[in-house]
Amino acid sequence: MSADAAQTDLGISGPDPRRELRTRAQAVIVPLVSVLIAFAIGGILIWLQGVNPLVAYKVLFTAALGNEQGLTRVMEKSTPLILTGLAVVVGLRAGLFNIGAQGQLLVAAIGAAWAGYAFQLPAIIHLPFALVFGMLCGAAWASIAGVLRAYRSVSEVITTIMLNAIAIALVDYLASEPLKEADQPLTRTPAIQSTAALPDLGIIPMGFVIALAVAILLGWFLSRTTGGFRFNTVGLNPNAARYAGISVRGTIVLAMAVSGALAGLGGAIETVGITGRFEPAFNAGLGFDGITIALLARANPIATIPAAILVGILRTGAASLQFETGIQPEVVDVILALTLLMVAAPIVGRLLFRNRALKATRVTSGWGS
Amino acid sequence: MSRRWALALTIVIGIAIAVAFVMDQTKTVSVLNFSLRYAVPLILAAMVGIICERTGVINIGIEGQMLMSAFAGFFGAALSGSMLLGVLFGVGTGMLMGAFLATGAVTWKMDQIIAGTVINIVAVGLTSFFYAQGKVLPDIFPTFAVPGLSSVPLVGPVLFDNNFFTYGALIIVVLLQVLLFRTRWGLRTRAVGEKPSAADTSGIAVQRMRFMNVTIAGALAGLAGAYLSLEAAGTFERGFTAGRGFTALAIMIFGAWNPIGALGAAFFFGLAEGVASQLQADEVVAIPQQFINMLPYVLTIVLLAIVSGRVKPPAAVGRPYEKD
Repeated sequence: MSADAAQTDLGISGPDPRRELRTRAQAVIVPLVSVLIAFAIGGILIWLQGVNPLVAYKVLFTAALGNEQGLTRVMEKSTPLILTGLAVVVGLRAGLFNIGAQGQLLVAAIGAAWAGYAFQLPAIIHLPFALVFGMLCGAAWASIAGVLRAYRSVSEVITTIMLNAIAIALVDYLASEPLKEADQPLTRTPAIQSTAALPDLGIIPMGFVIALAVAILLGWFLSRTTGGFRFNTVGLNPNAARYAGISVRGTIVLAMAVSGALAGLGGAIETVGITGRFEPAFNAGLGFDGITIALLARANPIATIPAAILVGILRTGAASLQFETGIQPEVVDVILALTLLMVAAPIVGRLLFRNRALKATRVTSGWGS
Repeated sequence: MSRRWALALTIVIGIAIAVAFVMDQTKTVSVLNFSLRYAVPLILAAMVGIICERTGVINIGIEGQMLMSAFAGFFGAALSGSMLLGVLFGVGTGMLMGAFLATGAVTWKMDQIIAGTVINIVAVGLTSFFYAQGKVLPDIFPTFAVPGLSSVPLVGPVLFDNNFFTYGALIIVVLLQVLLFRTRWGLRTRAVGEKPSAADTSGIAVQRMRFMNVTIAGALAGLAGAYLSLEAAGTFERGFTAGRGFTALAIMIFGAWNPIGALGAAFFFGLAEGVASQLQADEVVAIPQQFINMLPYVLTIVLLAIVSGRVKPPAAVGRPYEKD
């Protein structure tokens, strides 16, 4: 792949201003149209179940956006989604496909819970300590895949998905044996100390603000710093990076660690900001949303924010959808899957822009050899 | 894995099984039966990976293809009242999912890993949405004991007293080994996976070959999915393929993209799982259940780490074919 073609792959535009404008317009229009088509197909599925799709969508959006609790829920739900989306984005930029954000988030969530309940510290130290410890857990977990990819050429796609399954079993074990809250039947850790709890700013959860700040910071890092340049270069052309004196292995390990730390921050915020302890069941359904968000955002950190909020709205409204119309909340999974299909496959782009359509995101490299 | 190591490992495991058989016949047979049952879907799914990658297409979507087929197989059988129809539904769905991947990865030249991931996510979405509780299968599959052979000690009850899925999987492995390395189709497939431009020059329709092979492989993923819901579990739960599609890719790599090698690797996985479960059941070792559950995944990573770099994937795998 030529460097020029590859650049457009990630939505970084070249020097030509007209092309830049076209790139930007497409990067907004294609996801929007994709979402609309997905909603239309989802509407047909809802209609087939005997419910007026317009009513169903109204219920969904009212529940999410119609009142203060709904808005707070949306922001709470969007927080780990932004961060897991960013985790996938960082990976994609460095040519890695981290599909294990869920596992990294889980080990971080239980790590933050332990850091939150096992220590007596002043709040000014305790809260950052719990967050950072969680991030380190996530980074360490992702680094298993990073090191194996860098030094043994093991595909991170397989290892991260395997590490997901291992993490699910591991946190279940930790929460039911060594870190279990004593004298009660539930599988969960003790509650964190009040010094480790994340406060809210009115109706805005503090974690949401942190996630927004991290997204902006990451956007700056990837587009304006040497470190970010290294990530992009390794992702676009590892051979060129090697000739330029960039340590490809080091960058892969680092990118994977950063990716894990971001997913980990999502888990840590969930623990210290919302659940106040670790319970294995609490975010079992997070699954693949980070991938959908990252591809919807075309691997752009800032664009990850609206993409994640959209998913957050759908996930928040899903529960009410079942309660009020009897439609299974999994219709949201179908809508998101269809959205992903439409943005990942070159259907919508080619339909709207013909042969001027942007090239799709690429990650295939270093497969099992 | 190099042939020498594979041979050494096979001999060691063979001796271990023989010793175990002398010590406790019933338990050894039961562990081996478990291993084979555990291995069947992995064997079939690994064949999917082999056909696809030998032809130059990464199939990371085996998991989703199996999930959709398990779903279609189960509900097909439960609603139609026929197990056979269930299998046909499963295999048909698998082929459709194969054609889906082929359309994305071959025709549209999408990034192959992303195309596969899309399949996995779409499969989870559709099967969870259309999932309905309270359906039961109309029947179970009969087992068929091969006359004479099934009464051979150890080998008989393990290999020659099974249902048609197990026989089918073993036959498919041998068949594929022959097809890949002894027929024109196999030569062309490997040519397309190794050097598509040369294959193209010699008159092989690269894109058509890839599309066809990926679709046919989908049928095997369908068989694997149908086995999971119709035979192994007898039910369908959301997301119950549980990463087997990915483990199968690891098995394909351990088997160095050879059907017979992958068969051995899949059986090794089954054996590890079977032995661990048996040890736990006998309370020989006090391993928490969660660690037993982790075993296949940990094993996948460890073996990948050992084997990677020692085996070579088909040269053109992962790259969409562009005519110069």
